[in-house]
Amino acid sequence: MNAPAPQTARQTDAAPASETLTGAQIVVRLLERQGVTTVSGIPGGAILPFYDALSASEKIRHVLARHEQGAGFIAQGMARASGQPAVCLASSGPGATNLLTAIADAKLDSIPLVAITGQVPRSMIGTDAFQEVDTYGLSIPITKHNFLVNSAEELLEVIPRAFTLAASGRPGPVLVDIPKDVQAQAIEVSQWPAPGGRQARPAPDMAAIEKAAAMINAAERPILYLGGGVVHSGAAEAAVALAEKASLPTTMTLMALGAMPVDHPLSIHMLGMHGARYTNLLLEECDLLIAVGARFDDRATGKVAAFCPKAQIIHIDIDPSELDKIKNAHVGIAGDVGEVLEKLSPLVEAHLRKRWLTHMGDLRSRFRLQRPNLEDPRSHYGLIQAVADCLDDSASIATDVGQHQMWVAQAYPLRRPRQWLTSGGLGTMGFGVPAALGAALAEPERTVVCFTGDGSILMNIQELATIAEAGANLKIVLMNNDALGLVYQQQELFYGKRYFASKFAGQPDFLKIAEGFGIDTLDLDTAAAPRAALRQALQRPGPCLIHAFIDMNEKVYPMVPPGAANTDMIGG
Amino acid sequence: MNAVSKNENAALARPQRTVLELEVNNHAGVMSHVVGLFSRRAYNVEGILCLPVGDGSISRIWLLVLEDRRLEQMVKQVEKLEDVRTVRRHGADHAVFERLEEFFR
Ligand SMILES: Cc1ncc(C[n+]2csc(CCOP(=O)(O)OP(=O)(O)O)c2C)c(N)n1
Ligand SMILES: [Mg+2]
Repeated sequence: MNAPAPQTARQTDAAPASETLTGAQIVVRLLERQGVTTVSGIPGGAILPFYDALSASEKIRHVLARHEQGAGFIAQGMARASGQPAVCLASSGPGATNLLTAIADAKLDSIPLVAITGQVPRSMIGTDAFQEVDTYGLSIPITKHNFLVNSAEELLEVIPRAFTLAASGRPGPVLVDIPKDVQAQAIEVSQWPAPGGRQARPAPDMAAIEKAAAMINAAERPILYLGGGVVHSGAAEAAVALAEKASLPTTMTLMALGAMPVDHPLSIHMLGMHGARYTNLLLEECDLLIAVGARFDDRATGKVAAFCPKAQIIHIDIDPSELDKIKNAHVGIAGDVGEVLEKLSPLVEAHLRKRWLTHMGDLRSRFRLQRPNLEDPRSHYGLIQAVADCLDDSASIATDVGQHQMWVAQAYPLRRPRQWLTSGGLGTMGFGVPAALGAALAEPERTVVCFTGDGSILMNIQELATIAEAGANLKIVLMNNDALGLVYQQQELFYGKRYFASKFAGQPDFLKIAEGFGIDTLDLDTAAAPRAALRQALQRPGPCLIHAFIDMNEKVYPMVPPGAANTDMIGG
Repeated sequence: MNAVSKNENAALARPQRTVLELEVNNHAGVMSHVVGLFSRRAYNVEGILCLPVGDGSISRIWLLVLEDRRLEQMVKQVEKLEDVRTVRRHGADHAVFERLEEFFR
């Protein structure tokens, strides 16, 4: 039984005898019962009772981050890699405010996160006490739900519910703010609630599914448009099966990369601002767009009014508020996308769609992504390809935010859902390094590669210490262009080359920085045999920073100017 | 001079008023959750009324808002809140705020 019902109905396990436990001990026990094995955070006064209780746990490993934003992204990395809610911890005041960016990032990308923060004692709340901030108020707009806990008893209800909420429906972050005196309050516990977990959804509307099937069967130029919801729902296989049965060219958003293998004949890869030319051109022509777990983000659609102008729209999403939010759907289906696809597929007729697929192939060969200098492992696309050549699909790939992120999204051969960790909705520089560490902690058997930029890496550089300490099998590929490259590119293209605040005049020696943190390094620019050196560095267990200079004048192409239609692409 | 100013225009086509009736869990944060959804969208709430019902574990919130094209999405967002149990829409002719107007003269 792990479908938690409200309150008393889920008081399951009777403890052998009742125990006297503090709120802090109760939280630790509840986390253990959730199956949590790794948490990340930084202690401070208001959360010390909890840390004291955590020190006694034999089941939970605490990874001491060096900045709470790092802790938040470490937890995100664990959650993105595993699909399970992950936990981060912070003290009150600055600890909590430092977490906020990582929480907001989780909200926009629908990542299940449980953030636990210490708060000043209840008697001092509202007095501007030392390190008091309104964590509850601050987190309202960036969480799926949040709690300010009023008593130790409440924890028995709130903690499992936090996990249920984080994992159910559209996943997201939940924050639990616990005053210090509640952590210290001792109560008798005689029964433990069942752990929280993903709750079943109401069955989707069968009539709408039938209508959708009929539309797919009647369409001549349909396109399947997959979003991050496909990954969250574990529906990648079902989506690929539907595409194959009905011969649907399939595009993926940034968040869905990996859902369909990049070299699948039906894959038309990523759409939108930095999608390949043929992808956006094919979308322009489709007569039916089947959106699955995608939210018509502006980076994907370009100017909305001009997006798929000839298409009818089927929109499947677990979150009813996504339906008709940006584009009105002809058929909107609220439901878990995996479940809907399972019901939809049998109603869809097998179809070869030769004409449409031939046209797809034709456009693809004429307007495929341009990757100049691919053979040179010191060029941007060449480096990405050279890294991929050394690894198989078991490797996980994380990025920071900027040009390097878009190049990797365009060019890394992703073939597996959850292989790909990137900050999509919030686009947070500093995401990559700690999130990659989280992925490495969650799945230590994998090699994790983080592509980062010289701007982004400095935003959470302190986590190199955490990485060194953990000895994580994590390779950081730093594409150093001495610039905030994506900003520089926009100033060149859209602001009359008035470069401002986008070039770095002084730069640290990143190789020395890594060495200083006790991390192995490889300078690709001075390596005699860069490919061989790269292979060695990627295969040696443990952390390594691989540094390569990239020309700051390289661009991410094609590019749809912000606000323009997707067919108005520059370059590529 | 026959150009109609923006304000006159707005006055001529007086926006429809809508009354929303929410049933919510009664605790300290719920009001913030609800009004936060409106404020972040710069969607003004013209009137608010809230009182506990029954044993006090539940409250009813009445909201008076001007109808615009965002209202559908607003209602869906309110429905998504964990502490909101139901949302009902009423026309502007609902008595609740009209009777209350007496206290605002
Ligand atoms: C926290 C944060 N601040 C600012 C931005 C705006 N921004 C987007 S990309 C970018 C430049 C990133 O530079 P770098 O990490 O060196 O990557 P590059 O584009 O050079 O590959 C900036 C400043 C952002 N996305 N996140
Ligand atoms: Mg850079």
